Amino acid sequence: MTTTFIGKPLKRKEDPRLIQGISHYVDDFNLAGMHYAAFLRSPYAHAKIRSVDLSKARRASGVVLALSGADVDGAIQPVPCAAQIPDMKSGARPVLARDRVLFVGEAVAVVVATDRYSARDALDLIEVDYEPLTPVVNPEKAIAKGAAPLHPGQKDNIAFKWELEGGDLKAAFKSADKIIKQRIVNQRLIPVPIETRGVLADYQPGEGQLTVWSATQIPHLLRTQIASMLNFPETQVHVVAPEVGGGFGSKLNVYPEEALVAYLAIQLGKPVKWTESRRENFQATIHGRDQIDDFEVAVKKDGTILGLRCHVIADLGAYYQLLTPLIPTLTGLMMTGCYKIPAARMEITGVFTNKMATDAYRGAGRPEATYLIERVMDIVAAELKKDPVEIRRKNFPQPKDFPYATPTGLIYDSGDYQKALDLALKVADYKKLRQDQARLRKQGRYMGIGVSTYVEICGMGPSSAMPAGGWESATVRVEPTGRVAVMTGSSPHGQGQETSFAQMGADILGIDPSQIQVVHGDTSIVPYGIGTFGSRATAVGGTAVYKSLQKVKDKLARIAAHILEAKPERMVFADGKIFAKESPKKSVAFGQAVSAAYVAKTLPADMEPGLEATTFFEPANFTYPFGTHICVVEIDAETGDVKIVRYVAVDDCGNVINPLLVEGQVQGGIVQSVGQAIFEEAVYDEQGQLITGELMDYALPRASDMCWIETERTVTPTPVNPLGVKGVGEAGTIGATPALAGAVADALAPFGIHHVDMPFKREKMWQLMHKNGRRVQ
Amino acid sequence: MTVDIQLRVNGKQCQSAVEPRLLLVHYLRDVLGLTGTHVGCETSICGACTVLLDGKAVKSCTLLAVQAAGSEITTIEGLAASQKGNGNGAAANGALHAVQEGFWEKHGLQCGFCTPGMILTAVDLLQRNKNPNEAEIRAALSGNLCRCTGYQHIVEAVQYAAKKMSARKPLKAAASSGRSR
Repeated sequence: MTTTFIGKPLKRKEDPRLIQGISHYVDDFNLAGMHYAAFLRSPYAHAKIRSVDLSKARRASGVVLALSGADVDGAIQPVPCAAQIPDMKSGARPVLARDRVLFVGEAVAVVVATDRYSARDALDLIEVDYEPLTPVVNPEKAIAKGAAPLHPGQKDNIAFKWELEGGDLKAAFKSADKIIKQRIVNQRLIPVPIETRGVLADYQPGEGQLTVWSATQIPHLLRTQIASMLNFPETQVHVVAPEVGGGFGSKLNVYPEEALVAYLAIQLGKPVKWTESRRENFQATIHGRDQIDDFEVAVKKDGTILGLRCHVIADLGAYYQLLTPLIPTLTGLMMTGCYKIPAARMEITGVFTNKMATDAYRGAGRPEATYLIERVMDIVAAELKKDPVEIRRKNFPQPKDFPYATPTGLIYDSGDYQKALDLALKVADYKKLRQDQARLRKQGRYMGIGVSTYVEICGMGPSSAMPAGGWESATVRVEPTGRVAVMTGSSPHGQGQETSFAQMGADILGIDPSQIQVVHGDTSIVPYGIGTFGSRATAVGGTAVYKSLQKVKDKLARIAAHILEAKPERMVFADGKIFAKESPKKSVAFGQAVSAAYVAKTLPADMEPGLEATTFFEPANFTYPFGTHICVVEIDAETGDVKIVRYVAVDDCGNVINPLLVEGQVQGGIVQSVGQAIFEEAVYDEQGQLITGELMDYALPRASDMCWIETERTVTPTPVNPLGVKGVGEAGTIGATPALAGAVADALAPFGIHHVDMPFKREKMWQLMHKNGRRVQ
Repeated sequence: MTVDIQLRVNGKQCQSAVEPRLLLVHYLRDVLGLTGTHVGCETSICGACTVLLDGKAVKSCTLLAVQAAGSEITTIEGLAASQKGNGNGAAANGALHAVQEGFWEKHGLQCGFCTPGMILTAVDLLQRNKNPNEAEIRAALSGNLCRCTGYQHIVEAVQYAAKKMSARKPLKAAASSGRSR
């Protein structure tokens, strides 16, 4: 295969429709006779519901239906949880609260009206009699003795305990020169895709056909779950993920509103649309992170890490969403990072609190792992008074050690961690940075350098290790006119696979990418697929596309060879022609060979007509991208402002299909990390009120908060798939946060500080640098 | 109760009877069917709803439709046609405004949801400042949130557009066939 397009920074095929504002996100669809739904949500974190009175709302102008939990009890099954941990307690969420509410924002009733404003107006006419109960907000207090359990009938708020151990931990700690302990907190975050969630459902009673448009990352899994929740035949459910305005894991879920809006459309025989408000998105779409990690690390004087153990308190919120209990376990699997640590132990306590559920937020468990191990490395370096780079280098596995088995049971596919580190140090001119830092410190200026060397687990994944299948599907169909449809089970929502998959098709079939249409997100067109998350769309979905393309190519080669009276294995596909390698002048046009497959008069004797191939690709392992990020900050002692002065990222995601898209993923991920490090924190008060419940109170990074990101790549292909690609969607959020945290801790080293918990807000920084209003010297 | 309003949207005269409380963004989306203007936060923070009102970028989620009466609105759907030389049928024939072109060339968008607002804010900037530096671009875009790109490619897209727009010579004949203002 010649690579005319693979590896090139092609402009995106997706963009013309998006930059002209002429494509459709869920809220952009308007169906004839469409009604609007609005949800009444609990203002209490914890309360009994004595009664819900819908009578006034039902009489309001424009209102056609109003329902409470009692009205749908038994008709709609609770929100599904695909993750199973032995002995975990039940935490199923009803689609509408029945006799109690467990978090602020839990849906209590729904109203359907003829227009948006009438539906919202009617919410004010619903009377709910609540009996407030004491909320449990702090996860440590939630599991303390005497804390009242959230879920009636359970003895405490421990949802599950999970542990993992590998290597001889006892020996590691016995032979250590030093044991270092630290608590680090990974704060609760709110994903905030700029498009909130939205659902539109339409039911055709004659055909018995239910169509649901939803802002989702997993249209097929959603179809199965809607069918199950409504006890409706899955063959009659059609789910469409149209343009989706960002997900970051928050749309990798199944929500009450998705089943309810579908139910309402069936009940009314009218299309029903619901568009989430931003406040609802903050309160009732999944949150991320929220771990308290207590670690102990056993080290030698020379910086060799012998063993690591960690206890994690994972705040799960009140109920399970699709993957809630699974997320912290990924932290356990990746806890040793990119280091040869012979022994490790992780204990996780999953805790119920009166908050929205946590679940997969970009990185999902792995940013927490990388943050943990990278803080370990920095703190060890600080305690041993060694350079953080040298501590890391000392503990790297060597390239010859791959495939590398971790004590947590994973097999890292391929890697050259030194190479990425060396390149990053060179680009950043690390030596000079340290000299600058020393000079600035003498001037009373606080510059810090943070280095993060990370490995992540991607390309999710083998089905054996996934809660709901880890394969991906693709159908390639060449239409009689020669146009190629690539139907992928992945569900891109900004990642750009309409372009990168077309690049693959163009190279394999020897045609132009403009002849290839990548179709996704429609369960009636695309074969059953898993979806886009876990940096899997190219590594797993792309491989399925590649294999289907190869099957179609093989068939075309046989057809062309038959016409040319040559050998199929000698066929070359280039410039829209198919010819034998030795006689390029005697060729069959691509379209002619395609046509032959359909006209079916000149096919080899044993060949079926048609030109279509489907693959369900099951990967044998995860993939493990890696890299080094270096961040330089300066903290203003007068204001506490953390300014990012430089950012260097060297990422290795294996082979690259479109470097422009990779660049976009890396940059975007880094800035999302800047959000966690400096600005973002979901804060619930003691009463369980979400006081960062709007964008006015929850700051996202803005264009003006960033310096220029300098990016480089090394390329270490994976042997796990034939493309050699590893995935890059989450690299930024995994690699960057520890670099930022390391830089801030390093800047504060003159104050005797080794670790500060995120976010590094100005007030916190200022407080650390001052005592009684005076600068600490 | 409704109020009669008249305004020009993308060069077309519009007349409607609207509820006084109707937000401009809902007027554009639900009444006129111009769904390229998005609602991201309803509080003027995210900028996804940005449109040009009498040539200036405003957030249409916190303006009432009645406040826009008598004004001239440009949404993303009408942007290409508003650029001199493109002509009225610009969107239909696929012609792009230089800023739209920049976003495509420089991979200035991923999910695309913030993009119309970003583009219109950038247009506003380039009207005021033909050759902005990086810091000026970043400052001008700081009222528009993007969760996908990390902004760097957006900065490059605006730089591309600035260069392209300053290189373009005024086309007298084409300008006169464009929309009169």
